[in-house]
Amino acid sequence: MLSDLHVPGNSPVHRARPGVKLALLAVFCTAVFILDDPLVTAMSGALVALGYAAAGLRPRHAWTSLRPALWPLVIVFLAQLVLADAGTAMFVTGRFAVLILAASLLTLTTRAVDLTDSLRVGLERLSPRIPADRIALAVSLCLRFIPLVRTVLEDIRRAQWSRGLERRPLALLVPLIVRTLRTADEMAEAIEARSVE
Amino acid sequence: MTTRDIVFIALFAAIMAALAVFPPVMLPLLGVPITAQSMGPMLAGGVLGARRGGLAMVLFLALVAIGLPLLSGGRGGFGVFFGPTAGYLIGWIVAAVAIGWMTERVWHRLNYLTACAICVAGGIGLLYAVGVPWSAAVANVPLSAALIGSAPFLPGDVVKALIAAAVIVTVRRSYPLIPRSAATSR
Repeated sequence: MLSDLHVPGNSPVHRARPGVKLALLAVFCTAVFILDDPLVTAMSGALVALGYAAAGLRPRHAWTSLRPALWPLVIVFLAQLVLADAGTAMFVTGRFAVLILAASLLTLTTRAVDLTDSLRVGLERLSPRIPADRIALAVSLCLRFIPLVRTVLEDIRRAQWSRGLERRPLALLVPLIVRTLRTADEMAEAIEARSVE
Repeated sequence: MTTRDIVFIALFAAIMAALAVFPPVMLPLLGVPITAQSMGPMLAGGVLGARRGGLAMVLFLALVAIGLPLLSGGRGGFGVFFGPTAGYLIGWIVAAVAIGWMTERVWHRLNYLTACAICVAGGIGLLYAVGVPWSAAVANVPLSAALIGSAPFLPGDVVKALIAAAVIVTVRRSYPLIPRSAATSR
């Protein structure tokens, strides 16, 4: 349930340091936006395609990253078609596609764990005042909580279903929040009792 | 910031993720599916307050950014921050902080009506104030066009604000969290 979107591989793109990839992505996306030019967008599209090829990714992977954004993109395309012309519509929509694909290249070739690690190191280096260990605690707690909250939600849904209340959002949300808050409180006490603090 | 605060922040980031798989409710008239996820910022702000609520949203979006498919429809990854609707994701942080801040101000006389007003102002007013100009800017369309594009979601968001307000008021009665945090963190 909690798998990330990473596609395993051993290409240079996979092996590059996550921090480097993040920085490159930031520069790339800023450049595409600032230069604001169809030719630049087309060229950067080719660059992204090259990146996918170098990472050994198939068009199918590009499609899975683009598909969730499909409807907003269609709407933007239609809006531009009405407000401007076909050329502008292609340019604006194409630019979105290039940016989304570039950002997805990072996600597809980098494990979430590695990204978190390099983020933590980067934050520590940025300023010693940033509580990196607390951020790490929050991230790992959240990863633990996600399946837990889903299980509790399923339990409550079954219970309320037997009472005929499963369509009432309040009858699901209030018990969900109160029950998980209680669990969270117990967990906080346990963490403090073990002096992880 | 105590361990307890961190645990609560992590919990509400996880609740955001759980809301993505909440059964979507269909609006009878428009046929627009409304997902429960955008209720998350209202709940986080209204239950945890400004600081912890906002940080819960930051944590959730950070997990989305590193590639976990936690947004409704299984979306995730860095790419979602470059789509035309990315402003609404950033707006979630703003909305949670604003709703938390307002809830803290009226905590002792919070009732359903004030909670509704707070959720509508923060979760719709402010959220759209970030999301609409953002999509207008990145999609090169005039503000009015972006506003019209977001209009179909308005009725659903109102329903969500009304539900979230009821949840906030009920949870406040059985599990009040804001005054204690105001005493420790300030």
